[in-house]
Formats: sequence, structure tokens, C-alpha cells
Amino acid sequence: MNARPLPLLAGIRQNPGFAIALVLFVALYLAYNMLHPRGFSSAVLIQNVNESVAIVFLAMAQTVPVLLGGLDLSVGAVMTLTNCIASELVIGTPGQIAFGMAATLACGTAFGLANGLIVVYGRLQPIIATLATGAIAMGLALFIRPKPGGRVDDDISWALTNDLYELVATYGWFDPDAGWFRSIAWIPVPLVIMLAIAFGIWLPFRRTVTGRTVYAIGSAEGAAFMSGLPIERAKVAAFTLAGFFASCGGLYLAIQTSSGNADITQAGAYTLNSIAAVVVGGTSLLGGVGGAIGSLVGALILRVISFYFRILSVDPLLQPLVEGVVLLTAVSLGVFRTLQVKNRLALFR
Amino acid sequence: MTVLTIELSSVSKHFAGIRALEAVDFACRSGSIHAILGENGAGKSTLIKIMSGVLQPDTGTMAINGEPVRFANPTEAAAAGIVCIFQELSLIPDLSVADNISLAAPPRRFGLIDRRAQRRRAEELLARLKCEDVDPNATVRELSLSRRQMVEIAKALGKEPKVLILDEATSALTSRDVETVYGLLAELKEQNVASLFISHRMQEVKRLCDTLSVFRNGRHVETFAKGARSDAEIVRLMVGREVDAQFPSKPKRPRRPAHLSIRDLAWEGRLNGVSLDISRGEIVGLGGLDGQGQKELLLALFGVLRGLRGSVTLGGRRGTPASPAQAKTGAMRIALVPEDRKTEGLMLPMSIADNLLVGCYDRVSNGPFIDLAKARQAVADGIAKLGIKVGRPEDAVATLSGGNQQKVVIAKWLMTDPEVILLNDPTRGIDVGTKQELYRLMRELADEGKAILFYSTDYAELIGCCDRVAVMYDGAVVAELEGDAVTEEAIVAASLNVDTRTPTPAARAGAVAPAAASA
Repeated sequence: MNARPLPLLAGIRQNPGFAIALVLFVALYLAYNMLHPRGFSSAVLIQNVNESVAIVFLAMAQTVPVLLGGLDLSVGAVMTLTNCIASELVIGTPGQIAFGMAATLACGTAFGLANGLIVVYGRLQPIIATLATGAIAMGLALFIRPKPGGRVDDDISWALTNDLYELVATYGWFDPDAGWFRSIAWIPVPLVIMLAIAFGIWLPFRRTVTGRTVYAIGSAEGAAFMSGLPIERAKVAAFTLAGFFASCGGLYLAIQTSSGNADITQAGAYTLNSIAAVVVGGTSLLGGVGGAIGSLVGALILRVISFYFRILSVDPLLQPLVEGVVLLTAVSLGVFRTLQVKNRLALFR
Repeated sequence: MTVLTIELSSVSKHFAGIRALEAVDFACRSGSIHAILGENGAGKSTLIKIMSGVLQPDTGTMAINGEPVRFANPTEAAAAGIVCIFQELSLIPDLSVADNISLAAPPRRFGLIDRRAQRRRAEELLARLKCEDVDPNATVRELSLSRRQMVEIAKALGKEPKVLILDEATSALTSRDVETVYGLLAELKEQNVASLFISHRMQEVKRLCDTLSVFRNGRHVETFAKGARSDAEIVRLMVGREVDAQFPSKPKRPRRPAHLSIRDLAWEGRLNGVSLDISRGEIVGLGGLDGQGQKELLLALFGVLRGLRGSVTLGGRRGTPASPAQAKTGAMRIALVPEDRKTEGLMLPMSIADNLLVGCYDRVSNGPFIDLAKARQAVADGIAKLGIKVGRPEDAVATLSGGNQQKVVIAKWLMTDPEVILLNDPTRGIDVGTKQELYRLMRELADEGKAILFYSTDYAELIGCCDRVAVMYDGAVVAELEGDAVTEEAIVAASLNVDTRTPTPAARAGAVAPAAASA
């Protein structure tokens, strides 16, 4: 048997975009902490993670339709809608809170399911179908919450946006000063939530036939059909999963801000940034290559860049310009493959 | 061992009025390797597509061991044990080799795909094909064409076929792999599998197969045991297409010096040293069976392919154009009527006028602005020259019939006043009347001094239209036929790379009588 490259190395070679993104993120974040006066502290980490959760979930949501070769322009609106729903429901007795959270996630997931059914059985292109359903989601959000407001249970709001120590202390599960707990007590709860959902939902999905079919459709839909893969089911599942991830973002935003806000500008900005994060994280807009973990890293890169503005005293008016240049540089790293194509007609197919 | 028989009775299939199969009775049984021979368009592909569930017959029935069956899709056929290795690969480029081999029915644990079991399975199947060098974790995109073909075979093998259909499955393989596949087929024969083998390599067919069936013109002509017929007889069985068109007469004149001269042109294993000369005033046909590098040759001359080796001299200047944009301008003046007019030739939703002008805006513009009067005149000239039947030039080109659409493509290129015209199967899917108009047009253009290279899958056209026919096989020109030597038998024989006049060593070994009558 020939010596084979380790699976990890093979993975880096096959999708250099993800590896580049990961290295870039680690470098950027280490440098940021070195420059920050209170760098490498739990407080800075908690604040940074809290500010990243929503865009991370939206980037993961956007990844699934992009892998199909589509786009979901409704993710920001679905996040806003579920944010408003959560600001109504996540309050009261523990049972009511649990129901409220489940209902919020169910609403977002159902919205994603509707997107999928419209795209598959309405035979509409994803970009236009989700533009329309996104507007519907915004309308529903404004109906629920015409003005910013609402409230979320204080305990849950405090416990889920701080470190594990505060979580345990708030609910008194055990003595938070216990010796064994001290080494992990500093970890921010939102980081745990983010990673738990990324690895607990996405990685198993990737290992189902449905998940594999999502990749196959984005890569070569004709070959996927000829191989007898469940194409329609995979498309519906992709949009449903996008709705679920978007509602995770909306729910967390409500818990973090303890309110709901049907802000149209914010929804649009989140949608566009989710696409940027997907691309920076190494997922091809043509479909078939990449994954939600990459998008998680891509979203973190976008956030770290904006953190830099705080400590480097860049003129706020220049921030969009700098962000644009950085984004352009990051996505340019992914185009080298097209230079190797020998039949240039194949570039257009 | 039980004998399994698959039987097709009076199966017919039509596409838009053109018959692909007509009342075909065909049978194959387990424990045999059965070759299917025929020209382009003889119905081989349609036959195997029906057997493997890609197409459904219009009329007629299929039966396995006497039980009638009907497959709605390839999955149902595979469930019945009929597995086809298609020429167009069915692999997903961005998934790994192991993923592809167990694509639709992977091994699972707790409902999730068991990647370790899947990799083991891939390793076992690849080892059976002596492809230990293929990493199951590599994506298919990283593999060379020959490795991809082997993965395709491993994928088919993993479905444990009772009937294995190989459609030109060996054409992309290296010689070592070919030997492995031969061995595998012999092994499968021992295991009572029926193999259906479509190949254009006569040596291969004679070595491997025990039964041969010849198809012609959508009909099953004859099935016979290996050795029952000589090469020349087989070629004669394959020949005999109805000539359904009138061709303009060919002028007799001495050949002029070459205008376009190609030497040892090679590209990516698809072109393996093509050498050909084309003069002004001459129509040179490109013959041979589908996929022997004809399309790549045309694309190479038009500046589409990167990484060419060899030399091309055009009008005394060396080198191919750097891009299609350069090909149509300057000293090159090359035009290509592409393979697929709906995607590469036309912008279907745009108007006829826009489509006609799209290649020659520089000729109808004053500086940066399009001169509308000139443009209108140019459109009117183009429509008149080819006799395109249009309502108004502003109509979408999609509203035209196939024949008129093809005329728009050709008229578009004539507007650039080309010196060299490359035609990629321009008469496919168009009616007989329009075909004849195109033949006359080609001859007129040649008489005006253009150099024309004409690829056609229809041999009758090559014989009727061309001054010379270059037959390609495996990425190279294997025969150039001229004048009276351009016969269907000669083209078919060259396409199969067999010589029917002098016996080949293999033919001598098989004691096949040389055919004196040919050409």
C-alpha cells in the first residue's frame, strides 16, 4: 500500500479556502489580543463572542443553500422575525421559557421549510423566491413588534451571555467555586452554544445521504440525478436547515438584547454579511465545496476585523472602505483554481 | 448456475420524429461478453439507455427470464441488477472517491454514513481493479480522466451487477488499466454476469467478446458468434445508411498550397499528435466515431484550449489564436460554428438581429457607437444571404425552427468575413431541406476561397460534401481519404482503425479472409 497523505492534509489540499480562513482568523485574533489593553482576558472574550453569535449563525444558515448553488436572501429577515417572536415568548415560568424557545426555533425552521417547498415545487430560483419570502418575514416581524421592545427573562439573559461560572451561579446547579470546575469556568456560554450547534447539528447532517446530496447537487446536479440521489428532499432540507440556523441567531439576539427589533436595515446587512462570511470561510458560491464550520470561521474573521477599528482608532467613516478592501483580498485567495482550467469553455458550464 | 436472459422485443424509440430504434429484437444472457457494434447514430446508445432505465421505450417490451420489466429510472434498473457505466461520467467531482463509490446507498451506523466502512469498501473495490494508487479520500476532481473512469467502474462493480453495460468504458484508460478491465470481465463471465460491451476498437472486441451484434440505422442487423464473420463483412454490415440528401457537385481542381497547417498537435491526452493541411477553396471533412478528438481539434484551432503542444501555421503565421476574440479578428479570421447551438452558438432570448450582429459589432460601429442604419443593413444582408425564414428580425431567436437557428449561427460568423470556417456537426437535428441548403452554401464558400474544416457524425455528409476526409481515431488522424477513395466502407474501416484490404496480424490469426472488394 502506498503512503497516503493524512486525511487532514488531504482535506487542506482539497479545500485550501478553509485552511487559509482558519490560519487568518487565529493570526488576526492573537494580534488583536496583543494590541488590546486588556487582551487575553475573559471579559474581552465574552464581549467578542457575544457580538459574533448572530452573524455566525446566519453564516451557517447561508452555507447550506450556497452549497446547493443557490442563495438564501431571507436569512436576515428570518433572524429578525424570530428575534421578535422570542421577545414575546421567552419569559415567565421555566416551562413557558422552554416553550418560548422551542416555538421560536420551530417558527424559523418552518419558515425555512416553506422556502424549500417553494423553491422545489414552485420551481422558482432560490434568489428571487427568498427575496420575496424575506420581505414577508419582515412584514410579519413588523406586525409582531411595530416598535422595538419586549422583554426576555432576566436570568436566562444574564446566564447565557456570560461565562460558565455565571451560568452555574445563576441557576445554582452546584457550587461554582468547586475546584474541578475552575479550569473551565471562564469559557463563555455563547461560545459553547455556537460550537455545540455547529458540531452537533452540522457534522451529523453532513454524514447523512441528504447532506451528501446537497454537496452532489452543487457539484454536478446531472450526475446526482443519474446516480439516483434524493434531489428534491435534499433541497427542501437545505432551506429548512437554513431556517433553523437563522432562528438560532434570532433567538440568541433576543436573549442578548432582552428585546425584539424589526429593523429592516439590520436584516439586510446581516443577509449580505452572511454571504461574505460564507465566501471568506472557503465555500464556493458555485456550490459543492465548503461547509458550515468554514462559514463559522469566516464570520469570526469579519467580526475580528471590525473589532480592530476600536483599538486602532480608524476614522469610523473609513470603516466600510477598509472592510471592503479586506473582504476583496480574502475572497481573491480562492480564484486560483480557475487558472488551471485547460478548456476555457468549461469555465462557463 | 442459473442462466439469466434479458430480452427486448420489438422495441422502438423516436425523438422528435427521428427514429432512434425501430422494432428491435435483442437478447443477451449471463456468462457472456456481448459486443454491440454500429456507426454513429446506429442506435447503440439508445439501446443501452433503455436497458439501464434512462429512457423508456415508446413501444415494445423488455423481459428478464421471461418476466416483463419496465424501469422508470436508473435506480430501478440497478435494483434489478442492470448497471451501466456511462460514457459521460456520473461521478460528483467535489465528493471523495469513497463517497462516490457508495454514493446513493452508503453503509450506515446509527443512521449516519459510516465513513470508515465506506472507505474500506472503496479500498476493496479499487484493489479488485488494481487501483491501489487511488486515495479513497481524494476528491474525484483531483484525479486524472483515466483514474476517474476506473472509479466509475468500481462504483458500478459495487452495485453487484448481474448485467454490466460498458459504453466505451475503456477509451479513456491507460493500457495497464485496460488489461485489468479485461481480466475483470473474464472473471465476471466466470461468475455468470452478462457484460454488454460497446467499443470502437475492433481488436478489443475480437479479443474479449464471444458474441457480436451489429446495429444500423436504428435496427438490429445481425447477431453472430465471434469468428463467424470477417472484419470486412462486419464493416459491410455496419455500412448502408440511407442517403437522404442531394449534394452539390465537387469541382475537380489541383490542390493549392496549405492555408492552415497543423503539425503534431497534442492536448491533455485528448489530442495525440494531429497533423493536417487545409487549403483555400477546399472542404476537409473530419470523420471518425464520436469522441476521438474532433471537437477538441476545432476548439484548439479557435483558441479555447490552454496548454497545447505542437504547431499550427495559418496563412504563413505560426500559432493558434489566444482566444475566440482574437480568432475572429486580425490576420486569423477564423469562425467556429459550435457543437451546441443553444448554449454556445446563440443567446436564445435575444433577438435575431442581436444574435446576427454579436460577432461583428466592430464592422457596424462608428467609434464606440453602433450605427443603426449599418446594423440594419448588415442584418438584412445576413438574412437574405442564407435565406433565413424570419417574421421580424426583432423576434427572439428562440422562436425559430432548429434549421433556421443554425442558419443564424452560420450567418453570424459569415458577417465577420472569415478565411477559415470550422463547423462542428452543423446539420445535427435539422431538417433535410435546410441541410441541402447548408451543403450548397458550404460549396459556395469554398469556391469563394475559404478553407473549411467540417466535422460531421453523418458519414453520408462527409462523402457527399468533402473534397477530402480526415478520419480521427484516439486523438490523431489515422487516414486521409481523397476523391474516389472517400467511401463509407473506407471511413468506417478507418474509424474502427482496422484495415479491410490487407489482413492485420490479428485477423490472420483468426483466419479471416481479406476482403478484396472494398474501396
